Amino acid sequence: MTGVIDWFADPANWSGPDGVPVRLLEHLQYTLLALVIAAVIAIPLGLWIGHTGRGGFLVVGSANALRALPTFGLLVLLANVFGIALTPPIAALVILAIPPMLAGTYAGVQAVDRAIVDAARGMGMGEREVLLRVELPNALPLILGGVRSATLQIIATATIAAYVALGGLGRYIIDGLALRNFAEMAAGSILLALLAIGIDLLLAALQRTVVSPGLRTPAAIRTRPRLRAV
Amino acid sequence: MIEFRGVTKRFPDGTVAVDELDLTVTDGGITVFVGPSGCGKTTSLRMINRMIEPSGGTIEIDGTDVMSGDAAHLRRGIGYVIQQAGLFPHRTILDNIATVPMLLGWSRAKARSRAGELMEIVGLAPEMAKRYPSQLSGGQQQRVGVARALAADPPILLMDEPFSAVDPVVRESLQDELLRLQAELSKTIVFVTHDIDEAVKLGDKVAVFRTGGVLAQYDEPGHLLARPADDFVDGFVGRDRGYRGLGFLSADGLPLGALETVRLGSPAPSGDWTLVVDDADRPQGWLAGRDRTDGAPVTAEHLVPGGSLYDVTSGSLRSALDAALSSPSGRGVAVDADGRVVGSIGADDVLAALATARAAA
Amino acid sequence: MNWSWIPRNLDRVAELTVQHLWLALLPVLLGLIVALPLAWLATRARVIRTVLITVTGLLYTVPSLALIVMLPLVLGIGILNPLNVVVALTIYTVALLVRSIADALDAVPQAVVAAATAMGYTPLRRFVAVELPLAVPVTVAGLRVAAVSNMSLVTVGAIVGLGGLGALFTDGFQRDIPAEILTGIVLVLVLALLVDVALLAIGRAVTPWTRAGAGARA
Ligand SMILES: Nc1ncnc2c1ncn2[C@@H]1O[C@H](COP(=O)(O)OP(=O)(O)O)[C@@H](O)[C@H]1O
Ligand SMILES: [Mg+2]
Repeated sequence: MTGVIDWFADPANWSGPDGVPVRLLEHLQYTLLALVIAAVIAIPLGLWIGHTGRGGFLVVGSANALRALPTFGLLVLLANVFGIALTPPIAALVILAIPPMLAGTYAGVQAVDRAIVDAARGMGMGEREVLLRVELPNALPLILGGVRSATLQIIATATIAAYVALGGLGRYIIDGLALRNFAEMAAGSILLALLAIGIDLLLAALQRTVVSPGLRTPAAIRTRPRLRAV
Repeated sequence: MIEFRGVTKRFPDGTVAVDELDLTVTDGGITVFVGPSGCGKTTSLRMINRMIEPSGGTIEIDGTDVMSGDAAHLRRGIGYVIQQAGLFPHRTILDNIATVPMLLGWSRAKARSRAGELMEIVGLAPEMAKRYPSQLSGGQQQRVGVARALAADPPILLMDEPFSAVDPVVRESLQDELLRLQAELSKTIVFVTHDIDEAVKLGDKVAVFRTGGVLAQYDEPGHLLARPADDFVDGFVGRDRGYRGLGFLSADGLPLGALETVRLGSPAPSGDWTLVVDDADRPQGWLAGRDRTDGAPVTAEHLVPGGSLYDVTSGSLRSALDAALSSPSGRGVAVDADGRVVGSIGADDVLAALATARAAA
Repeated sequence: MNWSWIPRNLDRVAELTVQHLWLALLPVLLGLIVALPLAWLATRARVIRTVLITVTGLLYTVPSLALIVMLPLVLGIGILNPLNVVVALTIYTVALLVRSIADALDAVPQAVVAAATAMGYTPLRRFVAVELPLAVPVTVAGLRVAAVSNMSLVTVGAIVGLGGLGALFTDGFQRDIPAEILTGIVLVLVLALLVDVALLAIGRAVTPWTRAGAGARA
């Protein structure tokens, strides 16, 4: 324990390419990059599937498959086949972040009361308007639940991706292990826990601000069990 | 004017929901579609604003086929109210009501001020404007639904069982409210319900559907009760139709009998039953012969409660007969618009008037 | 790809599979044992529920590798002790189950609880005999999610040297044997599928009343 405190107190650990600020920034970069790419794919796709009702099996299937797929194995396999580089692990992060957002968006649209959609059409909204002005805002709590779930997934996966040479906070665990430096490993873990919890709280706050107050009933805001594959 | 000409709807699974429907909805009145569940009322209604497209025949609004233009454009000109109100949970009450004006491209300020007017028209307190649908009772939500449908002042209003999900007391007041609104606005309203009492109360004309989407009878409610076209309609209209039919016969010209009254506090007269009134001649109750000492002042504790009142300015034969039957003295109390006693009515007078009306018809 | 790796290493694969099942399923059992009383507590008072769900939610948020590495500090054991993996996965299982079981218990119809009370059940007996059985379908659903994701999570432990079939990933990566990595992935998927089906069957067997209505209609 004292070793961990000493590690945090050592100024050498707070500067340079292996310092906390750089590692933290790397971790955030991977997370944001993968999240944005995955969201751009998953959210429109989920909206479309939810709106048309076509292809729902894709959503359920991908969510189930992700839960069972050993993420660590996938990362290692990609690195083994494509070599050590930045792209394969980032691609893995994207692939793993899609199902939770897809499932959240799809479920969100599906859960919108059919009477509301019927009323919207009956008042003369076109399909685009129904989707963007009625279904999307009503699905927002579940969509953001999916985003939260995906974000945690990415942060955790980026951690183990350090094993196949990605940067970020996971490096402290992998490098510490190689050097038998348990203090560094524990310090890295604490930083990761704080990062994950901090970002989750931030997203929870975002969820509260962007969701319409009319939808803030306890039942609506409650999200389904999150996926945890890493 | 909305005209159904040989309209048929066959769903992809083969169900024929509406079969060769011919029907004309006249302007400025309430036309009710009524019938048992699954008889094609909703389908018929939704074909008017193209929420469902007919598989045969044509529907014309003022001579234009509804299928000829753009569906969304057509719908913006027709108000639409459904059972669960279908309010947008993510929008405030004011913004819910402003939906169609906004779709029509009004400025936000104009749409909102119009929405504010409508809240007043349908009897919603202004402080509801900033609330969300989940914060309103079922009856209030239905009022918002009606206001939202009226926002762009469409000439036609389609209402699909709008009051079935609220409790009977609230339903009653919503029905009265609709009649009051309609007296002011004179919209062309098509109203769907499975409740024959609601149909008879609201409808200027009532279309009774039978299962399979066939029109069984299309008539004024009084005629429907007096002369059902067949056994199906007779069974559907239900018990007591003779008595309920009296509600559609005017009591104009019904002869009123004299009625002895006494003011509270005045000395009690002799006689069997005497009506007690207040200083403004409004009925307070009856004084029974056995309950009084002649000449002693009449006090409130001696009164026997009276029955229903018959309003001579707006009453029907039904209200006249009920006044007579429910009165402890056997004589119904007739009052004017201000509630002042103007005379009495007996059950035999009502029956005589009925016989005269029959002979004339 | 060098498929001959598989027949040459069957013994090792079998040994790792057994280890893998222990590491993945023991936490499911432990998690259930811990979650049941916690869920019961959560339905007793709002405060307890809020605290429990917040704390377990925060723990669930911590990345698995970080949790496995942090636990030795808390438990005072060596980093290579398999207990780290077991405890970490137990924590995730508890987090998953407490919330869903508490929700399921809340969803037991008030009329049923009132009827049981009126018949003279004491609160504890009522919980065991009435409320708990009615929460079984939700509990089993939670157990399935936990068991399936544990199958995959265990492999992360291989990074610090205790991960069941995850050892095939680290070993295959270091020695460049893609067949070994693939074998690991496929085996984990198959185990996940098997345990999911098994739990589904157990769930059905212990809740005959949930199918009685459907059976009568068929
Ligand atoms: N989309 C649909 N597909 C198939 N059948 C339908 C559909 N909608 C309604 N029906 C059937 O058409 C009939 C009339 O339905 P509806 O107009 O909703 O009845 P009502 O409003 O009078 O209760 C019913 O038998 C119903 O089951
Ligand atoms: Mg209907």
